[in-house]
Order: sequence, then structure tokens, then C-alpha cells
Amino acid sequence: MPRYVMVIDVERCIGCMACVIACKKENGVADGYFRTRVVEEVRGEFPYLRMEQRSELCNHCEIAPCIDACPTRASHRAKDGTVQIEKKKCIGCKACILACPYDARYSTPEGVADKCSFCEHRLKEGKSPACVETCLGHSRIFGDLDDPNSEVSQLIKKYDASVRLEFAGTRPRVFYINKKFAGGL
Amino acid sequence: MSITRRDFLKIAAVTGGVAVAGTPVVKSVLALGKKPVSLPQYVPTTCEMCFWRCGVIAKVVDGKVVKLDGNPIHPNSRGKLCARGHGGIGLLYDPDRLKTPLINTGSRGEGKFKKVSWDEALGYVADKMEKIKEKYGAESIALLTHGTISTYFIHLLQAFGSPNFAFPSFALCRGARDTAFEITFGEAVGNPERVDIQNSKVIVLIGSHLGENAHNSQCQEFAEAVGKGAIVIVVDPRFSTAAGKAKYWLPIKPATDLALLLSWINVIINEGLYDKEYVAKYTVGFNEVASAVKEYTPEWAEKETDIPASLIIETARLMGKNKPSVLIHPGRHTAWYSDNVQRQRAVAILTALLGAYGRPGGIYLNPKKKLEPVFLSDKDYPDHQKPEIHKGNYPFAGEEGLTHAIVKTTLTEQPYPIKGWFTTGINIIKAMPNQRDTLKAIQKLELLVAVDMMPYDGVILADVVLPECTYLERHDDLFTVKERAFGISIRQPVVQPMYDTKPGWWIAKELGKRLGLEDHFPWNTFEDFLKMKCETWGIDYSELTKKGYISFPESEKPYISADNEPKFKTPSGKIELYSKELKDKGFDPVPKYTRHEQPPEGWFRLIYGRSPVHTFSRTTNNPSLWELMEENTAWVNAKVAKRKGLKNGEYIVLINQDGVKSNKVRIKITERIRPDCIYLVHGFSSTSKLLRKAYLRGADDQQLITRYDIDPIAGTVGMRVNFVKIAKEV
Repeated sequence: MPRYVMVIDVERCIGCMACVIACKKENGVADGYFRTRVVEEVRGEFPYLRMEQRSELCNHCEIAPCIDACPTRASHRAKDGTVQIEKKKCIGCKACILACPYDARYSTPEGVADKCSFCEHRLKEGKSPACVETCLGHSRIFGDLDDPNSEVSQLIKKYDASVRLEFAGTRPRVFYINKKFAGGL
Repeated sequence: MSITRRDFLKIAAVTGGVAVAGTPVVKSVLALGKKPVSLPQYVPTTCEMCFWRCGVIAKVVDGKVVKLDGNPIHPNSRGKLCARGHGGIGLLYDPDRLKTPLINTGSRGEGKFKKVSWDEALGYVADKMEKIKEKYGAESIALLTHGTISTYFIHLLQAFGSPNFAFPSFALCRGARDTAFEITFGEAVGNPERVDIQNSKVIVLIGSHLGENAHNSQCQEFAEAVGKGAIVIVVDPRFSTAAGKAKYWLPIKPATDLALLLSWINVIINEGLYDKEYVAKYTVGFNEVASAVKEYTPEWAEKETDIPASLIIETARLMGKNKPSVLIHPGRHTAWYSDNVQRQRAVAILTALLGAYGRPGGIYLNPKKKLEPVFLSDKDYPDHQKPEIHKGNYPFAGEEGLTHAIVKTTLTEQPYPIKGWFTTGINIIKAMPNQRDTLKAIQKLELLVAVDMMPYDGVILADVVLPECTYLERHDDLFTVKERAFGISIRQPVVQPMYDTKPGWWIAKELGKRLGLEDHFPWNTFEDFLKMKCETWGIDYSELTKKGYISFPESEKPYISADNEPKFKTPSGKIELYSKELKDKGFDPVPKYTRHEQPPEGWFRLIYGRSPVHTFSRTTNNPSLWELMEENTAWVNAKVAKRKGLKNGEYIVLINQDGVKSNKVRIKITERIRPDCIYLVHGFSSTSKLLRKAYLRGADDQQLITRYDIDPIAGTVGMRVNFVKIAKEV
């Protein structure tokens, strides 16, 4: 089985938000909810400024607090290693939402937990996630970390990749490269 | 088995034409008794969420558009769409769309609409047009227009006998840039601009905020260049997204850009950093430029621009060192001050001195492909009896006309009255400066017709509103794409029109019929016309409908080489650093610096720009995009805010020099702007109650632009000449 990861090249994010809406349309996300976001961080004082924009989403952690917190196994690890939610089993207790250190989950208007699925249905068709496909800056790169020749493997090897809240010990599968600021994730 | 024509018609009727997605259904033995599964249909078309015209592939399930994606073979999209492109679904299914023709039964602008049939609405309009023609002449009807619909209504207007039309995209947007490039290089820089950004080693953005203006393919190439380590130099009073990628952010004092440009030219000439061979071979007027810029030293420019002389020299040297792969981005919205054309001329001259025109990483050359024009009809337009007024008295005004010339003539009735306006694809309130003049002008009209998809501010002022269907529901004229290679892009319906709405071509044709101009529309459906056009051009129509885009790769000749020498269509046949043409018409043949007024103490210059999720005022009500940005914010420098005791996110109002007060707007307190400016994203605070999401959300920059300059060369407008102060919302 592949080991899917996403690499986010922060330098190449132009903050266009195409990913945010492509994700919503692809996955039929309800009005007012989002599975991914673009954050902006500015440091310094006029006119000595630095800024980075980066997208954030579910990290599909290898050690996933949401799976541990779920009482019904609705949140589970799929065969391809991604973290998924089986809606039928979700009782809407919101424990996973609280357990997630990344604010990646929300409760839908129907009362079930929801989050980024890495576009599981597209992966099955051999396509990349919708956000990756439409990313104008080619800031989001997706692929198989077990394939040493994949773009993601090459990038992670070449750059000093970091993850969000490394100290949380969740081993995220979303990696950031070319960050301007150490930390800040 | 042979299919007769009659059978074919039956089939066509069932499937609803070639392009419109039907609903194929899969019924397998296993699924018997269960609800059949609909297979998605994929229909290519061309986007209209902005003017970039990307190739789109619509995914349609059960007659409903569920997703829009970029067409991989279209050079403007390359398989990707921006947020607005994806948000086209929000336009299609916006519950606030115009749904039927409307006639205003109250006084002008009152918006007391009654729903009427197309027949009644068109009959009413045609009748009024004939009356105006009889009383004042056909020239007394003018058209303000933007986008693809313009083709049909300019045609109708000219067939009717009036030459008076204007696009806001000239005077209020890119006219200055195009004029300057035509004067210098003999041709405009194109749309999309022919910038070879992915190969640039140095990218200079002057007031252009790529990324925030989400020009799809250009953003893709910009990110590519940044990824490859291009040096980005951003000149902007605001720390834009692009500034976040820049090695040099030069927070220039607004209105002094020409000083910086002339000073860069000064350094590049003084230090011998220009491309000597290129300049000798392709240009005229180098000596005149060299002597004209002598006075514009970096030390002088520092005092004007607030940019240290050392940085001016350092950045100029970087350009010189990396020539010719330097892109001085020609910009797009260049309607800033009274000297727009001269400022853009300086951009063009700098580009030429660096040898970057026709060279990798600079500006690539037009593709080598020409198709003979195919007109909507072969019938000649009648000669108009009176002189055209739509270019004002500006010697270099473009064929696209000047919106302010039409407003002015309407107000003054000189040299003759204008009594009817058509507004098609334009929101006249948000697009044009000085709303008071626009409102006064429409009170002088006997007919105001709006053709659009949404009840925008300007649309609800009309006597008659004719609802156009969206780009996902109609055919339009073919698009000729002049990217590196030449290509043809098609717009075709992906679903049937919702409500009682019609395509622009149909509305123009039906009006033509009622005006006795049916000979000017010698085709039944627009598809018939497109097929004929394709046949003339030797293009396979059916292939075009399936692929959405057809490319002519052999036309790609982007760079100058021994067998690809450029031809400059200027009077001298060379790049005109010095323009005799300008001199003969009484203008400076080489740009000279003019000082513009700066805001008095306690006032701020109002600057404005774009958000990547909205297009002008056209998308602020789009449910898909509205939730990404519901209202704009007023950017205020952090130190200024602290001094004034303002809190981030609180509502303020802006009051301009003429006492005009904005709607309440949230303040964004930020280090990312100079202390002497306030920035608004353009297009917010709709005054149309029928736009339930956008109504009075945020502040309208255009409302505060009561004052504007006019560039005497081409009649382009300067809109960055308004000053505002902050008042607390009470």
C-alpha cells in the first residue's frame, strides 16, 4: 500500500484560496464549513516585514488522537494509511473534534464529524486531491512517500521539512517546506 | 440503418443539442430495483468569472453542475482554476439572479419593477429606440459594455446607426498601458499579457499585486519563477502577497512611481547597463532619452519617492546584470493619475533598454497566426450622420471608447444630446468614478436598458432589465487566444438556461428584428454562426466542442532570433524610445516627471485593489465566494491606528475630501501599509437590495472616488487622487 503524504511548499503559496473552494465543491462541504484554510502570518514592523501564507488541513497523523478519542471507531485508519470517518458509525459526540490539536475537524449541520479525506474517492481513480490539482502555485504536492522517486519523497529529502506542532507527537503526514519562520505552525 | 434528418432532429431534441450534458444512466443487473446511478458528464467551455477566459471542464450530474475544473489543454488555465473559476457554480445557482425581463413602472432609478414577457420588454425597448432616433438621431443612443456580450450589442448599435460605445476596460483600466506600448513597440502587450514570467530572473511589479489579482496562468508562472529563485522587486505602498515573496519591497510614496522609473533609467544608462547591441539595432531615440533622464538621479528620486538612493541603484544594477531576462510587469489597471501614459511609457522604455522585449524572461512576441475576420454579418453599417463622441478629444484614445466621454456628453448635451443608454455586462455605479455624475446623467435619458445576469447597483437603475443567462448556459463568440501559441477556445452551454433568461446574442438579434435590422443577424442560432466561422477558418467544430480548445503549436515563435526578426509597427519601424508621434501632437516625446498632490496632514490617500476571490463588484453576492470574503476591510497602518485609539476589527467610516461618507467598514490594523494610505478591496457595499448577501456589506471605494484626473494623451482616468479621513462608526 502507498503511504500518502502532502508537502506544502510555503514559498509557492500565493494565497489565492482556489484550494479552499475546489475542496468544498469536490466534497459537497456544507455552507459555512471548510475542510482546509489558508493562514497568513506577518512578522516585523513597517517597512521591515516578512510574511508567509500557507494552507492547513487534516494531517492524517500516524498517531492520531481523533482515532483514539472515537468511541465507535467511526474515525479510523484506512488501508492506505489515511485517517477517515465512517459517517454511519458517527454518533456526533464531538470527542474527535476536541482531541484534534490542529482544529481540522468540524461537526456538519447533520451533526456528524467531518474533515479532509485527502479526496479518498479521487485517489481510487488515480487522481490527486482536488486542492492539489487546482493549486495555482503548485504549493501543494501529493504523493507516495514509500516511492523514493515520487516528487514528495524528493522534496522531503531535499528540504528541511517540518510538521505542525511536532511536540504533539502525532507524526503528521502533511509536511511544510520553505517556511520563513521556524515554528509558527 | 440510415438516419434521416428528421430522426436526427428528434435525437437532438431529446439530448438537448450536442454540448449540453444529458443524463446517461447506468442500470446493471445487480442494481435492478435500486435507484439508477447517473454518470457524470464532462463538458468543456470557457470561463467568464473574470476576463482571463480560462478553459473550463464542467462536471454535470443529473443536469446540475457539481464541479468546475481547469481544462488541461487550455493555456490560460493549464488544468487549474482560481477560486472564482470554481465559484462559477455559485453564480449559476445564486437565488438572487435576474429571472425574467423587468420594466420599471416608477420614476427612473426607483426600481419599481413589474415582470414582463420578452416580447413586451423587447417591444418597449425597440419602440423607445425608434422614438429617440426620430427625435435626436441614432447617434443619441450610447452603449457602455464589458465582456463577451459586447460583440453583439456593438454590432446592434452600429447597425442601428450609432458609433458611440465605450468599454470601461480602456479608460478605467488598461488603456494607458496599451497606448504606451502601442506608441513604443507598435503593439499592445496583449490580454493575457505576453509576459514570459516563468523564465524571468528578475520580476519587477509596480503596483501590480499578482496573487491578489488571481490571473490564473500568470499566477502559476509567478509561483514557478519564485520557486526557481527569481528575484522579485515589488513597488507598492502596501505589502502585497507578492511583496511577501520579494527580495526587495519598495514601499513607494504613492503618485511618485514615474520618478522611480526615470531614476532607474538614469542609472541603467549612466552605468552602461543597457543592452547596447539591442538598443542600436532595434530602437530610435536613445540619445534623447539619455539627456532627458540626466536630472533624475537616484538622490533626487529618493526625495520624491521615499526610497533610499542606495536601493534604487542596487535594484537597477540587478536588472542590468540579469538582462534581458527581466520582466518589468506592464501592469493592467493603470488608471492612477493624470500622467498614466507617460508612466507606462517609462515602463516600456526600461523594458527596451534591457533588451527584454522578445527575449526569454521578458515579453514574448505574438504568435505567428492570422485568421481572416468573420463578421456577424456581411451587411455594411449605415454611415452615421453626426460625429462620434465616444473618444472625447484625446488623440490617442483607443477604439474601445471612453466611458467618461459618454457621461460628459450626456450631461452637457454637447455636441448633441445622448438620450438612450444600453449597459451590458457592466455595473455603471461600481465601475465608473464620480457616481453623482453618473446618476445625474441617467436622469437626462429617455431610455436606460441594462442587460446582465444579476441585479447589480447599476442594473436596478434601468427602465428595462433584460436578464442574460450565465456563461454556463450559453454560446458566445469564439475566443482567439494569443498565448505563446495561437489557439481557439469555445464557450458552449453545459446546462440549459434556468428561468426565463436568454443569451446575449439572442437578445441583440431579437431586438434587431424589432428594429428592422434582421439582415444584420443572418443566422438562426449562434451555433450556426460558430459552425460557419469554424468552416471559414478550417477548424473542426465538432473537435472544438469536445476539447474546448484547439491550439496551433506551429505559431509559437516567442523570441527574437535570426529567422524571427520582430517587426515594429511604429512610424519609424523601430522601438520608439523617443516618440515623434507624441511630440507632433503636443506631448513630451520622452516622459517627464510631474509631481502630484499629496494628502494634507490628517488625511490619507485612498488606494484600492483586488482580492483573489472576487471580480470587481460582480461576485460579491455569489454564495460560493461570499463565504470566502463577505465584506472588505479598510487597511490602516498600525502606528496610525494606535495614535487614533482604533481597535482591530471595529467598524469605522471613511469620509473623503468632498464630504462623501462611506458605509461602515471593519478596520484591518496592519504593518502592511504605509502610514499615508488606506486600502480597500474594490467592489463592495452594493446598494442593490436585491443582492441580499452583498447589500451594504463593507465600503465602496468607487463611492469615495468623486474626483478623478484625465490623462490628456489617451483620455485614461486617474482614480488614486482622493483623500479620506477616518471617523468612528456611531
